[in-house]
Amino acid sequence: MSGIAKPLKIALGLAIIAALIIVPMNFNRYGLFILSQWAVMSIAAMGLNLTLGYAGQVSLAQGAFVGIGAYAAAIMTTHGWPLPAAILVAIVLSFAIGWVLGYPALRVQHHYLAFVTLAFSTLAFLVFRNESWLTGGIYGISNIPRPHIFGIATNKPLPFYYVCLGSLAIVSLAVWWLIRSPWGRAFMALRENPLRAQSLGVDTRRYTLMAFAIGSALGGVAGALYAPLTQYIDPVPFNLSLSLDLLLMVIVGGAGFYFGPFLGAMIAVLLPEWLRFTEGYYLMLYAVAVMLLLIWSPTGILGILDRYLAERRTKAASALRAVAKSRLETAQ
Amino acid sequence: MSNLFDLLVAGLATGAIYALVAVGFTLLWQTSQTINFAQGEFVMLPAFLMLAAMHVGAPFWLAIILGILLSLILLGLAFKMLLVDPMMRHGVLPLAIATMALAIAIKESVKQFYSAEASPFPSIVPTGDISILGHAVSLQSIGVLTVAILAVLGLTTLLSRTSLGHQMQAAAQNPTVARIIGVPVERMILLTFLINAFLVALASLLITPIYLAKFSSGEVLGQAAFIAAIVGGFNQVRGAIAGGLLIGVLDNLAAAYVSTQYRAAVPMMFLIAVILFRPQGLLGRAEERTV
Repeated sequence: MSGIAKPLKIALGLAIIAALIIVPMNFNRYGLFILSQWAVMSIAAMGLNLTLGYAGQVSLAQGAFVGIGAYAAAIMTTHGWPLPAAILVAIVLSFAIGWVLGYPALRVQHHYLAFVTLAFSTLAFLVFRNESWLTGGIYGISNIPRPHIFGIATNKPLPFYYVCLGSLAIVSLAVWWLIRSPWGRAFMALRENPLRAQSLGVDTRRYTLMAFAIGSALGGVAGALYAPLTQYIDPVPFNLSLSLDLLLMVIVGGAGFYFGPFLGAMIAVLLPEWLRFTEGYYLMLYAVAVMLLLIWSPTGILGILDRYLAERRTKAASALRAVAKSRLETAQ
Repeated sequence: MSNLFDLLVAGLATGAIYALVAVGFTLLWQTSQTINFAQGEFVMLPAFLMLAAMHVGAPFWLAIILGILLSLILLGLAFKMLLVDPMMRHGVLPLAIATMALAIAIKESVKQFYSAEASPFPSIVPTGDISILGHAVSLQSIGVLTVAILAVLGLTTLLSRTSLGHQMQAAAQNPTVARIIGVPVERMILLTFLINAFLVALASLLITPIYLAKFSSGEVLGQAAFIAAIVGGFNQVRGAIAGGLLIGVLDNLAAAYVSTQYRAAVPMMFLIAVILFRPQGLLGRAEERTV
């Protein structure tokens, strides 16, 4: 992305943010719901992008953390607690469980890790479904209230969309700061060459656990927003396919790119709406498109863009070199 | 006790099917570092191919042959040429994720083009019970066990007794040296994909009469096969067999003695324990690849 001039980038960013605030004002209820869902899923995908894209640890459990956050929020807010408190609990809970889930990552890598997290996903789903004293079992939890923020009720779709968008903004800033901090660099060192990172004095053990815990905590945040968004939760949305969907979002957008999850979540959430006319064939087409994309560019859509820009830069640079060389030659 | 015996037989029968699927899974991993997350869907699909063949009027035996042939072409040849080969250069993880997308594609195609409902599937083994040591044992369990054992025996004989099998092992263990001594490595890799396609078609034929043909049935099967492969040892065919049988029995015992609600949790807990304490699997050896 560094091929675009900086002021242009800032202007583009501001335009997108302004559009996200202004354009939905005359959206209908359903449009706002979809857009809010995009914001929530972006948060969850950003968490997974930290774990997978930056730290290189495969996780098939992000959907379970969204579930944990959603149930924490649903249980607390239906018992009269305010949503911010519930979000805090969701963060702490997901962080702690994510930390523990990181321990297998210290021993095994790649596909083994994928299966451990897959197993965890299944176990979490079973707990959501079977522990009906806590989670309402298959009947779920209904009438989840939406919060009052600074005294403003967010029952209507538009105010709650702003709650989701605001949360997305806060999380985005936090993640932006994190990946530019020494922590973010340590995560990337972990992904690129764990052995070397360790010999350079990076505490790989701690950072691996951290990558899992922080990524999971963001999943928890997403869940805590998901519950008041839908106002009703049951175990079904939090099964393994949500984890797979989130993984595909990160991969399609571009794992390890800051803007990857936003794009991936947009494609996964909005595209089905635009492709309504394909009816039931949508998921099939989506899956085939993902395979084609992966064959072309395993680093996702932003990977293609990145390569294109890098190519243009090297072309421009070699053109400059050629000019400089011919000048040198004529000078001689 | 009679209950326990029944559970063991039923568990061994499903376990033998898991073993077939898990063996194919490990073969792909060993020869081409392919982690096939669509393996469960690979088992689900052949049954539908056979059903479709019967739909257009083929008798059952012809449908089986057509189903197996189509599986070899689609799940063996096309899978390797169209997805694995172009993805290979990107590494293990992108390929694994591509197979997850493939799983969704297969599942949705069956749902759209055939049916979202579960369809009954004829059994190749006659139904009924026979008496063994005073216990009634279903012919189906025995038939499944026999076919699965024969398939596994055939495969291990192929791998350890024939020149072709030795070439396959060489291609898996050290492709560079194998190439130098004249083993057609590419062809050997293709062969493992075809063997996998045959094994999943066979598993499909055996398991679908028990659990019905449904587009979503691959999820559970695939997970069981992964767990079997990892528990037994990802790099060993005999490990995958032992793992399959173990998971089959464990699953059936868990359903009876733990709780039906948490039945699915037992193999998962077992998997996590194995990965944490013996990541190379019960029979596997660390960091080694053999067929």
